[in-house]
Amino acid sequence: MFSRPEDAGFLPVAQLASLVAKLIALGYRCLGPGVEQGAIVMRELDTPDAIPRGLQAEQAPGRYRLTRDPHNRYFAWANGPQAIKPLAFAPTESLWRVERDTAGALRFCAVLPETPLQAIIGVRACDLAALALQDAHFLREGRADAHYAERRERLFLVAVQCAEPAATCLCASTGDGPTPTTGYDIALAELADGFVAVAGSAKGAAVLNDLNLSPATLQQIETAQKQGEDAAAAQTRSLPSRNLRDALMSRLEHPRWDEVATRCLACGNCVAVCPTCFCHAETDEPALDGQSSEHARIWDSCFGEAHGHLHGFNVRPDIRSRYRQWLTHKLATWHDQFGRSGCVGCGRCIAWCPAGIDLTEEVAALTDQCSAS
Amino acid sequence: MHKPIDAGPPHAATVVACTQESPTIFTLQLRLDDEAVRQAYRFAPGQFNMLYLYGVGEVPISVMSDPEERGMIGHTVRALGRVTHGLAALGPGDKVGLRGPFGRGWPLQEMGGCDVVLVTGGLGCAPAVSVIHYVLRRRERFGKLVIIQGVKHAEDLIWREQYDGWARLPNTQVLVAADQGSTSWPWHVGHVTDLLDLAQFNPARAVAMMCGPEGMMRAAAVSLLTRALPETHLFLSMERNMHCAVGRCGHCQFGGAFVCRDGPVFGWSEVRDLLAHRGY
Amino acid sequence: MGGSTVRPRVAVHKFSSCDGCQLAFLNLGESLLDLAQRVELVHFAEAGPLDPDAEVDVAFVEGSVSTPEDLDRIQRIRTHSRLLIPIGACATAGGIQALRNDVDGAQWVAQIYSHPEAVASLAHSTPIAAHVKVDFELWGCPVSGPQILQVVNALLLGVAPHDNVDKVCTECKRRGYPCVMVSRGVPCMGPVTRAGCGALCPGLGRDCYGCYGPAENANTDSLSAQFRGLGLGAAAIEQRFRSINSQAPAFFAAADKARAGRDE
Repeated sequence: MFSRPEDAGFLPVAQLASLVAKLIALGYRCLGPGVEQGAIVMRELDTPDAIPRGLQAEQAPGRYRLTRDPHNRYFAWANGPQAIKPLAFAPTESLWRVERDTAGALRFCAVLPETPLQAIIGVRACDLAALALQDAHFLREGRADAHYAERRERLFLVAVQCAEPAATCLCASTGDGPTPTTGYDIALAELADGFVAVAGSAKGAAVLNDLNLSPATLQQIETAQKQGEDAAAAQTRSLPSRNLRDALMSRLEHPRWDEVATRCLACGNCVAVCPTCFCHAETDEPALDGQSSEHARIWDSCFGEAHGHLHGFNVRPDIRSRYRQWLTHKLATWHDQFGRSGCVGCGRCIAWCPAGIDLTEEVAALTDQCSAS
Repeated sequence: MHKPIDAGPPHAATVVACTQESPTIFTLQLRLDDEAVRQAYRFAPGQFNMLYLYGVGEVPISVMSDPEERGMIGHTVRALGRVTHGLAALGPGDKVGLRGPFGRGWPLQEMGGCDVVLVTGGLGCAPAVSVIHYVLRRRERFGKLVIIQGVKHAEDLIWREQYDGWARLPNTQVLVAADQGSTSWPWHVGHVTDLLDLAQFNPARAVAMMCGPEGMMRAAAVSLLTRALPETHLFLSMERNMHCAVGRCGHCQFGGAFVCRDGPVFGWSEVRDLLAHRGY
Repeated sequence: MGGSTVRPRVAVHKFSSCDGCQLAFLNLGESLLDLAQRVELVHFAEAGPLDPDAEVDVAFVEGSVSTPEDLDRIQRIRTHSRLLIPIGACATAGGIQALRNDVDGAQWVAQIYSHPEAVASLAHSTPIAAHVKVDFELWGCPVSGPQILQVVNALLLGVAPHDNVDKVCTECKRRGYPCVMVSRGVPCMGPVTRAGCGALCPGLGRDCYGCYGPAENANTDSLSAQFRGLGLGAAAIEQRFRSINSQAPAFFAAADKARAGRDE
């Protein structure tokens, strides 16, 4: 976000609300950080000044606790369990419906979502990297998913540089953060008295333009840049930066898979919070009157029993093969599909695993090396 | 490859005929209701359709009819799950949804001049039957046709008359085996792989296509490669859980491949390594 | 197919239970009216119609077998029903009353009732499947309206109902609830419990207590280890598993393991 310092503006801290107000005025439903069940979630901002200050989140394997930021900043928390994924790839979505008349004739019709314009304030570099992967999957050349496309097109993304990584963060090692570099409409870097603000799209530039910001000073930009570098250096977890495909695919019978299966609950929490996981099931909900049925997709997980269903047979009956499927897809075969790893370093699967399984530790054990290397 | 109808919604189709092939296996002949859709529908042997049963859901089923026979689309199905049990109860005139065809079929166009060896097990014979139709319609373009089919029990064999009929054709060899025979079983008792030694073809100029249980395909592949069939001439049709059929839902992944989109037909080298591991 | 006018005949029977699962029918609201249009309710004491020995297409059975009379009645119902579907924790796992399976019930009865001889009770409370063949089971305490409708719809379509063996977590995450075990350290049974409730408890900020019984591949060992990490003692862990679905094999074994730990 600092490649063209001459284009960076400065948003004084008191004017954060005017950015939100501007987006609301443009018709956006604005989502920003809020607290639910002890976690930071993206919820609708009722008023422009509804973004809470001073929230912070302490994260560890299987643990997430809210704390106070001594500097009372707006975005000193690393992330919450979800950010963009549910807004573009909806957890449940009607795809089409069918009507049946009394003679049994069927009439099919597509169902498209009615989605408002939505702006999310406070997404992170890892979220943007994940969204780029979801785009690559759902908006594949010549075969775009209509439902995803509809939701995606109506998103406005205000990214924030991460200054305070959580202990579970590893975006520096995956190359996806902590400073946003692409994929945002507006990116902010929070300083003591305001935000260095840059536009990443024409939409974003128009919004910033209307705010009449003064240019950011070189010193402000340097402070923000340094803050990103420090945040990267402060990360304590990492994945090897090399392509792990061959290392993992040559260890498919490693005893570690059995060991991790004793701890894995196969609950699918990791998959649900992973911003790149895209698996979904399709289900039918027939109306009780027998005259119509709704065909929907719902988030699904490779940890579930039905995921490996074949006609009369299950290819992944045990937790070992399900965990192996997840990890090798994410870090190995993802390369075959998308030309990179499926991990963007957000660390959610580590924090939100109720059993505290840490993929960096598993990778280290599987590839017989220290995760910190 | 032909352009599929896409992710949905399906098109309405009518059951024209249903034939009970065995106590659990049946064939549905379907006709797309919309004239334009019917005219536009083309499939290549090895591709599959998604069949939708009202209120219940969809299942992927290979097309078993003759690709040249326009207007009627055949599917041979085993009644096992919720949707297939429901499909089994349908009769002529009943309506279903259909979208497709999907996936990559058998590489028939590139294999002119070759002997064609089909190795199938159980209901794996269905995706191979359209290959037989294809080859028989273009007999001069191919060498020998070897049809090898294996079943668990003698009574599981469907299409007995057809196998008898194919066996009488020139330049065609039919080999059938059942793990467990019966008193009236005229063919081999044992494994499909026993039959490969009896198959007469020129391995240097043959293409083998397999569909059936993965263990059977692995054993057959080893046997065929031992006979010096080039690895690039060995293909197999894979089965995985398919919901969306367009490479989106993720259930059918086999390593990096989406079976619905990149398969179901794969070259041996594409799947060889993962086939050795249970759980993929 | 769509034109079928013959309405399937349905019975709802009650065994040892609290009636809560029958209420799942009655609480369907408008859907209950649709339901009554599409099926013929021939026996449903709580709602009115009484014909316990009628021949039916489907018998839903609430409650566990816990009296000598129950033993005989469930056999009769099986004979009269094409499909028999136990509903709820009592019918699928013996229910909360199965906690007595582990104790000297006769002694309790003697202590509590002035005329213990008037109480005819079997030593054990057992699920319906322990006595007759069942065609499908609906877990939950109580079962939910959508579950009931799903089964009835499947019946009307002539197919088997979809058996959701996923964990509560899958529904919890689809609804966007943060994991209460991670964010608040409460010992949630969601990771080993069958879905179907729509993650009702986590949605209200509390822990799942396993009322839908064990999910498929329920890793109770790992969850017990997590509970220990959250500060639960062996007795507390045993209680988590020895509750509404105490007789469900996965929970029964987990409770036994916790007890063994307690006794050590």
